[in-house]
Amino acid sequence: MFGYMSGTDSEKKTMLTEMGYQSMDQLFHDIPAKVRLIRDLELPTSLSEMELAGHMKALAKRNVTTEEYSCFLGAGAYDHYIPSAVDHIISRSEFYTAYTPYQPEVSQGTLQAIFEYQTMVCELTGMDVANASVYDGATAIAEAANMAGRITRNKEIVISRTVNPQYRKTMHTYARFNGQRIVEADYQKGATDVAELESKINSETAVIIIQNPNFFGAIENVKEIAALAAKHNILLITSVDPISLGVLKPPGELGADIVVGEGQSMGNPLNFGGPYLGFFAAKEKYLRQMPGRIVGQTVDGKGNTGFVLTMQTREQHIRREKATSNICSNQALNALAATVYLTLMGKQGLREVASLCLQKAHYAYSKLTETTIFTPCFPQPFFKEFIVKSRYPLNELNHKLLKHGIIGGYDLGSDYPELENCWLLAVTEKRGREEIDLMVKKAVETA
Amino acid sequence: MSQRLIFEVGKPGRKGHSLPRCDVPVRGIEEIVPEEYLRSSDPELPQVSEVDAIRHFTALSRLNYGVDNGFYPLGSCTMKYNPKINEDVSRLAGFSGVHPALLDCAVQGCLELLYRTDLLLAEITGMARVSLQPAAGAHGELSGLMIMRANHEQNKEEQRKKIIIPDTAHGTNPASAAMVGYEVIEVKTDSRGNIDPAELRQLMSEEVAGLMLTNPSTLGLFEENIIEVAEIVHDSGGLLYYDGANLNAIMGITRPGDMGFDIVHLNLHKTFSTPHGGGGPGSGPVGVKKELVPFLPTPVIQYRNGQYMRDYEQPLSIGQVKSFYGNFAVVAKAYAYIMSMGAKGLRNVSKTAVLNANYLMNKLKEHFYLPYERTCMHEFVLSGQTQKEKGVSTLDMAKRMMDYGFHPPTVYFPLIVKEAMMFEPTETENREVLDEVAEILIRIAREVEESPELVKGAPYRTPIGRLDEVKAVREPILKWTPPRKNNE
Repeated sequence: MFGYMSGTDSEKKTMLTEMGYQSMDQLFHDIPAKVRLIRDLELPTSLSEMELAGHMKALAKRNVTTEEYSCFLGAGAYDHYIPSAVDHIISRSEFYTAYTPYQPEVSQGTLQAIFEYQTMVCELTGMDVANASVYDGATAIAEAANMAGRITRNKEIVISRTVNPQYRKTMHTYARFNGQRIVEADYQKGATDVAELESKINSETAVIIIQNPNFFGAIENVKEIAALAAKHNILLITSVDPISLGVLKPPGELGADIVVGEGQSMGNPLNFGGPYLGFFAAKEKYLRQMPGRIVGQTVDGKGNTGFVLTMQTREQHIRREKATSNICSNQALNALAATVYLTLMGKQGLREVASLCLQKAHYAYSKLTETTIFTPCFPQPFFKEFIVKSRYPLNELNHKLLKHGIIGGYDLGSDYPELENCWLLAVTEKRGREEIDLMVKKAVETA
Repeated sequence: MSQRLIFEVGKPGRKGHSLPRCDVPVRGIEEIVPEEYLRSSDPELPQVSEVDAIRHFTALSRLNYGVDNGFYPLGSCTMKYNPKINEDVSRLAGFSGVHPALLDCAVQGCLELLYRTDLLLAEITGMARVSLQPAAGAHGELSGLMIMRANHEQNKEEQRKKIIIPDTAHGTNPASAAMVGYEVIEVKTDSRGNIDPAELRQLMSEEVAGLMLTNPSTLGLFEENIIEVAEIVHDSGGLLYYDGANLNAIMGITRPGDMGFDIVHLNLHKTFSTPHGGGGPGSGPVGVKKELVPFLPTPVIQYRNGQYMRDYEQPLSIGQVKSFYGNFAVVAKAYAYIMSMGAKGLRNVSKTAVLNANYLMNKLKEHFYLPYERTCMHEFVLSGQTQKEKGVSTLDMAKRMMDYGFHPPTVYFPLIVKEAMMFEPTETENREVLDEVAEILIRIAREVEESPELVKGAPYRTPIGRLDEVKAVREPILKWTPPRKNNE
């Protein structure tokens, strides 16, 4: 299928002849014969548009989706409602077929949208400056840890075990090669053990990293941990659920130095894990150590307001090996989706979504713990996600629930051996009372 | 002609959302969450109706220029057309509504798509397996260099901490190398645009981990000494890394694996037609030769006993480089592209991309200085040095192109060419477009001769004039501040 190329064979032949070439092959004479491929690539026969659509639909049919199933699974990716308008905006091809806005005169749409995004991220997190996004929640933490290392010139990272295990794994991968050391601090009753955290701090420590609400859904005492960081003159990185910030205090007010998080919840589909976006904000004094693109406001020759990529001397295309990060492409279109989402939700809507999650999660929690199969695990206040301990093996339970059209919770045993049969459930605004009741009923019947 | 910020549009009480009523018994929030944890006031988000929001963002979109608007010859970025069917099929609810933490048995369609894409890309590049986890090209580089270092450590060669990178390389190469603890050694490009084998031989030692190479290079030239270069690197125990930014020139014609490369990253948002999204999301798969497969990021997707599964049991793996398994929806678009093109189609893509670049280069070389007089691959680099002597810079000419309705080329890169203009027309364009572009550029060259001030003042027809970037850095305004806060 060659419909994506506009030139015809005869036209191409004329072009070749005009340049004095006899054949297409002559254009490739610089490639040594020894490394030339003398066969066709072994790829499936090309499909027509119609065949392709059929093939993709057949693959898509072999997945369980939140479209048809009732989803109680979270663990870092959440089934929130996405207003219809979001996809309509990000489907405008002036947005999605543009490149990084290197030429601001023809990129004001992207640039202004990023400026608005930066403003919203700062508003939500209570921070001074935000970048245009990084890849996701996991790499946001890894980049933030690097940044903290540069600021403090220290090499050790103390991270709570209540931080998403995938984020910690990603950090360990980065740290293995960049010379940082990672020390994990345990939890108690489902929240970071502050005394244990303090015991891990030494003269080499750069930063404390926590997540709020943490991986178990519990709300951490960020203020106490920020005080600890301040006492030891080190930084605090907090990874947050942006939806929770509709009701929870912004980490900036609680003393965080760098605030990051997974932004998928803001208008981005689950998409089997990506593309999502990592948001990244910090105190103003750390601006020059930030990774990633940053958009600033300025004026043109006539005094009109406009937007440009700025503070670029931090970046790889200028500083090369001395850059604050290697990041080039980020998650611009996902950040645009988040911007449209936050615009539509607005000042009251985000609080409403957060309140709905909070109420429904607590309803589900009380219904489950009223049964004889599930018992409470931790006493901490939580937001939209919580843990119950099951008397029944979770792997079987989740398989059986799928047969009833229900996507059960996350089995924590694989990441936390001590939490065998502990079930992490997420309840978003999309779950109705009937769905919750049915999930509890089927879970009990199954067990 | 500025567009008001969304924050300046709204009125208190306006809303653009519609949420379900709470159908569970409502408890007082203070009962559930201690008050000290609660927000005292709502965030200053916009207060607009849906129509306000749609008009605002539609107005913003009209200030943008994308591939769908016209010619976009941004060199090394491969701004080819993004087929619409790929947007549709990647958005099927059976993909977009799939939770990544679901059990393997519930996501067989997604896993099969990833597995198939892995093998297709392996065949196209001549690698054994490909991990689709990296989120962008630079992330693929980072992962690939981690694999390189893990391999040397496994072979008890921890001392290999230096990496050789040509002076023409993308900035991400040295930046990624620094993030894995490598010291960067630059190798110079010779007058034909190749690496000088003699110099490379001198630079190689037992401390060198490998060589990172973009081939064709960012000069748009194929490395003529590639066989010798590969031998030199391998003979002294190094690995060869392929930056896949320019793969669009060689699909079905030659393969990095056959040239001797051990590790490859690709940019699906370049070669495989997934849209750039105004700066992302991309996807930067990393592929390796057989010996390096054990080091790939986890999970690796496997097909066993008729089932696709995520395999975390890889003791030598560098581990995860991000959450979950990559930018799945981007991978789905690339998969759809490969399936619709097939082997002959992809070869035709590369041939046409190379033809188009040579055609445009031939039309322009009498009017602009061409530093390397060779058959180019999918892109070519001109220098604006002749025009610079008249006081008109490459930047001025780039801005002038916008007045004629085209996106400018990549400018001031690669760094070794003065006043560089790097054109990559891609296979998408036909002869009329290329003729028109050539005509405009020749006209601009004439304007430089006849009325340089005209070019220096460009652009005139864009939504905004040339912006003061120095002011943006000196007096940073990085977010909107509500007027009341200004008065405080």
